[in-house]
Amino acid sequence: MSGLQVVFLIVAIVTLFSGLMVVASRKMMHSALWLILSLLGVAILFGTLQAGFFAIVQILVYIGAISILIIFTLMLTRRVMDDDHPGVIKGWWLPALMAVILFGLLAGFMATWDNFQAMLNELPANPENLAGFGAALVDPAGYVIPFEVASVLLLAALVGAIYIAAERKEKAG
Amino acid sequence: MSFWRDPIVFLINWAKGLLDGIGWGPGWATTVGFVIGAFVLAAGAMFFVVFLIWYERKLIGRFQDRFGPNRLGPFGLFQPLADMLKIFTKELITPVGVDWVAYNLAPVLSVSAVLMMWAVTPFSKTFFGVNISVGILFLIAIGGLGELGILLAGWGSNNKYALVGALRAIAQLISYEVPFVLSALVPVMLSGSMSLVDIVEAQQPWYIVVAPAAAFIFFIASVAETGRAPFDLAEAESEIVAGYNVEYSGLKFGMFFVGEFLHAFTASFIFVTVFLGGWRGPFADEIPVLGLAYFFIKTFIVYFALILFRGTNPRFRIDQMMDLNWKVLTPLALVVIMAVALVNSLFASSADWLRISALLAVNLVIVFAAERLVRRGVKTTRPEVGSRQRPVASPDNVFIQPGSGVKG
Amino acid sequence: MLNDWLYVGIFALVSMFLPAAAISIAALLSPKKPNSVKNATYECGMETVGPAWAQMKVQYYVFALIFLVFDVEAVLLFPWAVAYNQLPLYAVIEAVLFILILLGGLLYAWRKGALEWL
Repeated sequence: MSGLQVVFLIVAIVTLFSGLMVVASRKMMHSALWLILSLLGVAILFGTLQAGFFAIVQILVYIGAISILIIFTLMLTRRVMDDDHPGVIKGWWLPALMAVILFGLLAGFMATWDNFQAMLNELPANPENLAGFGAALVDPAGYVIPFEVASVLLLAALVGAIYIAAERKEKAG
Repeated sequence: MSFWRDPIVFLINWAKGLLDGIGWGPGWATTVGFVIGAFVLAAGAMFFVVFLIWYERKLIGRFQDRFGPNRLGPFGLFQPLADMLKIFTKELITPVGVDWVAYNLAPVLSVSAVLMMWAVTPFSKTFFGVNISVGILFLIAIGGLGELGILLAGWGSNNKYALVGALRAIAQLISYEVPFVLSALVPVMLSGSMSLVDIVEAQQPWYIVVAPAAAFIFFIASVAETGRAPFDLAEAESEIVAGYNVEYSGLKFGMFFVGEFLHAFTASFIFVTVFLGGWRGPFADEIPVLGLAYFFIKTFIVYFALILFRGTNPRFRIDQMMDLNWKVLTPLALVVIMAVALVNSLFASSADWLRISALLAVNLVIVFAAERLVRRGVKTTRPEVGSRQRPVASPDNVFIQPGSGVKG
Repeated sequence: MLNDWLYVGIFALVSMFLPAAAISIAALLSPKKPNSVKNATYECGMETVGPAWAQMKVQYYVFALIFLVFDVEAVLLFPWAVAYNQLPLYAVIEAVLFILILLGGLLYAWRKGALEWL
């Protein structure tokens, strides 16, 4: 059991537990904070795969921007300070049972795949090649079309959100 | 001779030799070495804050034409120590209804976000924590974690003023992150790597000479990111009841201020690393300890400039701050990126001095054009004193009670 | 390279431990005399009225959203910036096009009044 496997197990358990607590928390704000913890866990998992750039981007975009957006949305739509209702519904055992059965079936089917029991592959010595990644993003034989379409997508998101928020502002004030 | 050239790395190698000699095995020796190294660096940073607080209070005093603290110790050097002792013994009043985890995590997160920035900066040619490949993006991401600390403080205090203060502080911080990130693209473009060690190594002329517009935007954005004057609306004592830290007392309150002073120093040395050449200077390559000295001299000069800003400028209003960010700094940053990219590419194959002068010229043109545009857009006309018609009370327009018998 | 991230992780834990230890020492050294007046929520010296909630403006949400769009744009530009020195001119033009599209979005937001603080 190498150190890397121990770190992976701990981080994976923390991430899964936080994911569970996102849906099982009593207060909405606690759900948002558990979500931040599970996103941090995913970032650490990226780090163990030696994808440093993606770990940092996960923290920068997901935790630094999207989580703050989610928290602002929470505060905008609910009286977030006195928000205290039970986190679970009455018949929660039935969906839980179905989820466990589904997981067991999936695991069973995947176990029939040959490489399920394979050992961890050693990653090459220097797997991160940011310059190559950047060159591929603007290479005409690479990913330049998705790159430009991504900017148009961001523009569409910006315009749509401003339009909706402007309507809301007119309704409010 | 090798001790005098580079004392810190000499000591580090000696300690590593000791650890290897114990004979645990490579994994454990490295891990314990990392823990000790991290401890020394983080504790060193926190003890350094004591000196920074003294420096700032003396300087602010001098700017305001008075002595700073000068009673305790020579030149008041023991004053921050006395303040620390006092604040350790103040009662930690916890108001009712706070969310225990959020309330207590917030000051810890604020300070640790700033401390983590010390792990990746190169203090000299050989002395740095780690050389990760995404250094500059790491600094920006960790700043985001600091903002989360403010949000937890505001929400966890169970106080509506703290919440409103925290929301305004976060709106300011996330807004100023945009020109910060965009202007940090320019050194990455010019040096070809995101790692801070590589950016310092590649600064043959310092990047402030090559891209002064980007340096200007980066500096203003980092002053705003630290929440210092003139951008300190979110936490000033006279605004919104001291903002998000109103319910904190004792050392928890002190931790927020330790974090803020440390963040100001950290912002100074990040600016020095990215634009002012870090540890570079004459003979810094051969004698690393000279590099450390140059680094600290440059950082203290920039820190002096930050304190000068605090002592001279009045506070911005929040709508002035947002206008400055979204209408001036962000478009300017985008234009600077495009201009630097195009000019550098067009001149890529010519001589170095030609390329650098072209970049410098383009940057200066952009700064002057922006200044002209901003000047035109700002309203500077005011009505003359005494020119407005003010209503004057006269018996005709004063309200008379019906039935009181007074005739108008 | 994994060692680098291990150091960063250890440094993060140490940097969270140090302030927490300092606060714990202060909690041990400080007097503890809670009473109901000291522990009440601060409202400029008056008694609190009603539950603690704050009216949140839509403007905060709009700023957070514009920040998100520009953050993602900057993140997409970073790998290009790392590879910049080896790229030919047309690759630079492609990135300039990317930036121009988003500059157009910022100008739209400006004209629509989404950047006013209200």
